[in-house]
Formats: sequence, structure tokens, C-alpha cells
Amino acid sequence: MSALVIAEHDNAELKEATLNTVTAAIAVDADVNVLVAGAGCAGVAEAASKIAGVAKVLLADDAAYENGLVEPMADLIVGLAGGYGAILAPATTSGKNVTPRVAALLDVAQLSEIVEVVSADTFVRPIYAGNAMATVQSNDGTKVMTVRGTAFEKAAAEGGSAAVESIASAGDQGISTFVGREVSKSERPELTSARVVISGGRGMQSGDNFPMLERIADKLGAAVGASRAAVDAGFVPNDYQVGQTGKIVAPELYVAVGISGAIQHLAGMKDSKTIVAINKDEEAPIFQVADYGLVADLFNAVPELEEELTKAGL
Amino acid sequence: MKVLVAVKRVIDYNVKVRVKADNTGVETANVKMSMNPFDEIGVEEAIRLKEAGTAEEIIALSMGPQQCQETIRTALAMGADRGILVKTDDELQPLAVAKLMKAVIEAESPDLVILGKQAIDDDSNQTGQMLAALMGWPQATFASNLEWSGDKATVVREVDGGLETVTVNTPCVMTTDLRLNEPRYASLPNIMKAKKKPIDEKTPEDYGVDITPRLITLKVEEPPKREAGVIVEDVAQLVDKLRNEAGVI
Repeated sequence: MSALVIAEHDNAELKEATLNTVTAAIAVDADVNVLVAGAGCAGVAEAASKIAGVAKVLLADDAAYENGLVEPMADLIVGLAGGYGAILAPATTSGKNVTPRVAALLDVAQLSEIVEVVSADTFVRPIYAGNAMATVQSNDGTKVMTVRGTAFEKAAAEGGSAAVESIASAGDQGISTFVGREVSKSERPELTSARVVISGGRGMQSGDNFPMLERIADKLGAAVGASRAAVDAGFVPNDYQVGQTGKIVAPELYVAVGISGAIQHLAGMKDSKTIVAINKDEEAPIFQVADYGLVADLFNAVPELEEELTKAGL
Repeated sequence: MKVLVAVKRVIDYNVKVRVKADNTGVETANVKMSMNPFDEIGVEEAIRLKEAGTAEEIIALSMGPQQCQETIRTALAMGADRGILVKTDDELQPLAVAKLMKAVIEAESPDLVILGKQAIDDDSNQTGQMLAALMGWPQATFASNLEWSGDKATVVREVDGGLETVTVNTPCVMTTDLRLNEPRYASLPNIMKAKKKPIDEKTPEDYGVDITPRLITLKVEEPPKREAGVIVEDVAQLVDKLRNEAGVI
């Protein structure tokens, strides 16, 4: 049997999360195919064909898939499932949306956000916001899962030479319609792929204070994130959220500013390589996971940090 | 219209969970249990639909041991009209829950089914999608806004890059994200009133659904511990350490 990876893309560009998922897929089965479903997405299929370790790319180029509507996507994947022992998607909002639908249509279980492939049927996944790790075995004929990108290395984007095979569309039942998308515009890197992330919490007091973090972010080439408390308080939009209910990040450097370190936030960032915490409460739980802690009022420390970075030539 | 809301009984979000010494799961004895926070948002959304005159009846559905009745009572105290408890002491995985919900839907014919996007115990984020698949219905997941117009629902969804808006045919399944609303607290009079609201008790056998788990949990372990680091004196020392010790800037 082979493994099928559902590519994440926007019809123009293959998203990096696909590369981590390919690595997980190779650990499950050496014969990995990638499905690129979209409209006018031949370039994405071309990019997918160059990923090291990919044997074949399936291209479903049809208006039904232009906006990634989940119902037609699931029907397409279910139609292909017979040939595969495993179906893997990145644990992005689109991956999390489609894989359970596919699994239910196949009458199999789904494994969410696997972080380790123990064997072809056994996987490790976090539960309780990462406060426990479950080793789970699936005996279903087709293993359907989402893959936590930060837990797997990226497969090399170049070096492969897979064939691209066009496949037929499975059509659209027309039970849902795409209306529009409001993409947050930012010159900064994406949260989940940034090398450095700087996040603000409730201690920021207002969304008006986030530009302070943005200036640091621009010096470090960082993405800006936030805790759930800051999102709940309306300081910043939800797509900034790092945590159990938001995005999972694992950058080289994570700077937590005015974040106390609730369990649900730690779940989203504790695998970062180096963690810095700036908080005026020395009892804040964030200091228990931080490599470098600074007990200070952020409204003094952050401007100072900006100055120091400037001095350091950044 | 009629709304069915799923409410799951989970370990309270403020509790620090502990892995059992024998690695079979997490400690649940004498631990505070509450309604899954995303399900509270679901109940609130249903109540707002009723207050707006859109919904006529709200049914709160829970599955699991007898104590799930308390979770249903919470939903009734918030404003749901009646409850259904599918009682079992066996493990319920998302696919089994979706199948049981399908059976409940066939008996109750709701126009809208609301679930939390994920439960904070198993963090699966599956049941709503699976249910929609089994019903052949559209799914509006991770919702941050809902507009109901009878035969259609327009839902704003929280997606990785921002927001996405879809229109789905009804009946449909919707799963809630954080910003959909802010759930209310039940008032004391409403808590008293909720005690008189009916809760129907059923079992998986009543619905003829096979709930045998598909996934076998081999072990549950503590995650690797992260060592606490050092407290730096000032910003200058922080920058120096990041540059020369960690080498990350």
C-alpha cells in the first residue's frame, strides 16, 4: 500500500506544512503520493513533484476545488482512498476540516496531530493540551491522520522528480458555496514557519501597544503572535493566537511578552528551541519553561530591547 | 427551527492534569469536571438564536457516564429547553459519538447541530466533521459568526490566514471557535428552573449503534520536561545571552 499526502496550497504556492507531512508519510510508507487539488494549480503540482521522496503527484485541477471547499475535497479524497493504506494532511485549519470527514465516509477512525510515527499502525499524539502524550494504535484498513508540522523535519523541496498525473474531478454536490476570504495582510513571516516569534499577552493591556512588538519583530525577522487572553480581550485577531486552540509553533526563538503562561498557551509553544519570557510577575508559570527570564515591566523592557537590538546592529 | 447542541463533560480547563502512574490514562478521580468550553459557546449561540426568534427549541445532548447529566443541567440552566443523555460507561471515540448523534438526529430532526470545534480532553477536533459526513450535510467548522436565513446559513470561519465566509445549505453542522460569542453564566433562578426541565435517558443499544473503539491507546505518558533556565538581570544581558550563548539573534 502507499501513503497519500494532501497538499496545502493556495493554487499559486505549495505551503511548507506539506513538506513536514511528507516526512511523516515516508515514515509510514516508503511509497508516497501527493494530491494537489485546486484550480489553475499546475505550478503547485510541479513544485510537489520536486519534493524529495515523493513517488507520484496527483493533480485534480477543477473549479470545484478552487477555494478548498471541504465537501467536494472530501469526496475527491474518498474516491482515491482505495489505493492507499494511509492518508495524511497537515494539521492546518484545512487539514483538520477535511480529514475527519474523509475518515467518517470511509468508516475509519482519524488520528489528530500526530507528533511521532512509531510504526505503520502506531502513532504518538498529544492530549490535554500536550500535558500528556498518548501512544495509539489503529487497526483500520486506511489510517487517516493529521500531522503536527513542528514535530517533523521538512522534506527537501528539491531533488525529487515525481511524475504528475492528472486525475478526474469528483464534482461538487453544491451543498456549500464559497463567499469570500479575508486574508490578514502582513509583510512578516507566517507564525507557523517563522524562525522567530514574539507574542504578547494580557499584559499588553491594549491592541494599541502591539506595534511595540511589531518593531522588535521587524528587527528580528519575526512573526507576531498572541496568547488566547490577548485574543479574548480583543487586542488582536484570532489568527495571532498561539496555543492549544490556536496555532502550534516551534521556532528557534520564542519571546513571550506579558504572557503568564497558561497551560493552553504553553501547549502551543513549549517545543520552541529557545524561550524568552518578559513578565513583571516573577511567579508567572511562563518562567518555568523559559530559558531566559526577565522580571520587568514590559513597557520599560520592550523599548529597551528595541534600543539594545539597534545598538547590536539589528 | 430546532437546534441540537452537543455538550461534553471534560476535566475543567483550570485543572493541571496528571498522568496515571500505570500509564493507562490521566487521573480523573476527585478532579473538577466542567462543560467543554467550546460547547459552552455552542449553547450560548443556540440561546441567542432562540432569543432572536429564529430558534424555537434547543436540545442539549451529552454522552457518557451518569454524571454527564450535570453537564446537560448546566446547558439547561443557561437556556436550553430539554436534554438527552446517551448513557454509557464505555469509552466513546469521535466516530462512535458521530454515529450516535446521527441516530439522535434521525429521531429529532433538528435544522442546525452545533458542536464545539474540539474537546479540551482528547483535542481531537473531529466529531462535527464526522457527523456532517455521515449525514451527507455541509459542515461549517471553526465558526466566528453565523447568519441564519432559513434554507441557508452564512458562516464566517476562522482559518489559518484570516477569515473565510461560506454559505451552506440547511440542515447543517456548525462547530464553534472562540470568538463566536461570550457564553453567559446561568443565574440562580435559572439553575433552579433547570432542575425541572426534562432529560431523556438513552443507551447506545437503544440506537443500535456499535461503539467499539477503533483506536487502542497503548500508553499515556508525561511529555518531556523542559528545564527552567536563568533569570537575567536586565535587557542588555538578555540580548548578550541571546546573541552569544543561544546564538539565535
